[in-house]
Amino acid sequence: MNTVSAIGADVSSQSRTMQLALAALLGLFVVGFLGFSHMEVVHNAAHDYRHSMAFPCH
Amino acid sequence: MSVFRNVVFIAAISGLLAGVILAALQTYATVPLILKAETYENAGGHEHAAAPAAGTEATAPTAGTEATAPAAQVAAPAEEEVEAWAPADGFERFAYSALANIVSGVAFALILVAASEFAGGIANWRQGVFWGFAGFAVFTLAPGLGLPPELPAMPAADLGARQVWWTFTVVATAAGLALIAFRQSLPLAILGVALIVAPHIIGAPQPASHDSPIPADLHHNFVVAVTITNLVFWVVLGAFAGFMRNRFMGEQAPALHGRLA
Repeated sequence: MNTVSAIGADVSSQSRTMQLALAALLGLFVVGFLGFSHMEVVHNAAHDYRHSMAFPCH
Repeated sequence: MSVFRNVVFIAAISGLLAGVILAALQTYATVPLILKAETYENAGGHEHAAAPAAGTEATAPTAGTEATAPAAQVAAPAEEEVEAWAPADGFERFAYSALANIVSGVAFALILVAASEFAGGIANWRQGVFWGFAGFAVFTLAPGLGLPPELPAMPAADLGARQVWWTFTVVATAAGLALIAFRQSLPLAILGVALIVAPHIIGAPQPASHDSPIPADLHHNFVVAVTITNLVFWVVLGAFAGFMRNRFMGEQAPALHGRLA
């Protein structure tokens, strides 16, 4: 549906949206890993950071 | 992938700078309070850690399995020396905290820059300050109202429940602010306010008892220190992202702001 009709501006704006979403997801993934990971080693390494960023901890 | 590359470029540089500043601020403002709190946590060793958990079960007998979950969470730090690797106190611990700050600075910058591009991009450093305030409101202020920054050894509800509430609050606050700021519509603005308020009507998961070995004034100082250091971090991050974008990306995104028009 959108592959045929949307070749010009629509494709580039669609690709732009995809790239922005990808960048935001990458950021969310890293924040989630640093702040939310239940892995003991990650928790210990980033312990002071988690407390100082007010992430739920322990 | 030029859009992605540009977003990553701006985010990497502004996040690096804001992360370094955050690491420095935390070293002087929040980490000393965490270390002080750990002296209360370690004073009683296992018994001290187990005492609030026993109280939790006694005051909430109906909670059943839920009451044992925080007990396990409270007991875990006391056993971490034998269970899992942890950075040694001193420089190693500081280095890992600083690394976490810088990596998360870049990650928050990715979120901020990508989100702002959907709304036309941050035109200059002054707009960036306001984007920074928005990030502060979304990631620090709103979740911090229901779940104030905790020190080690403080009682808290089940970790998973708090993480769910935290995530829900961040998403709802971001959506609410976006509706208010970028939709010129009274009903949507009202919906935006409702979204921001909703998590606090639902309420954050709270421990059965707030009895804590941590003195109240120490905790109060920590809440203030965390809130202010995060405010500075977000304002610096937003301002620097706006400055970078204006300086290096202006020609590649002429439609997004009027500087070249």
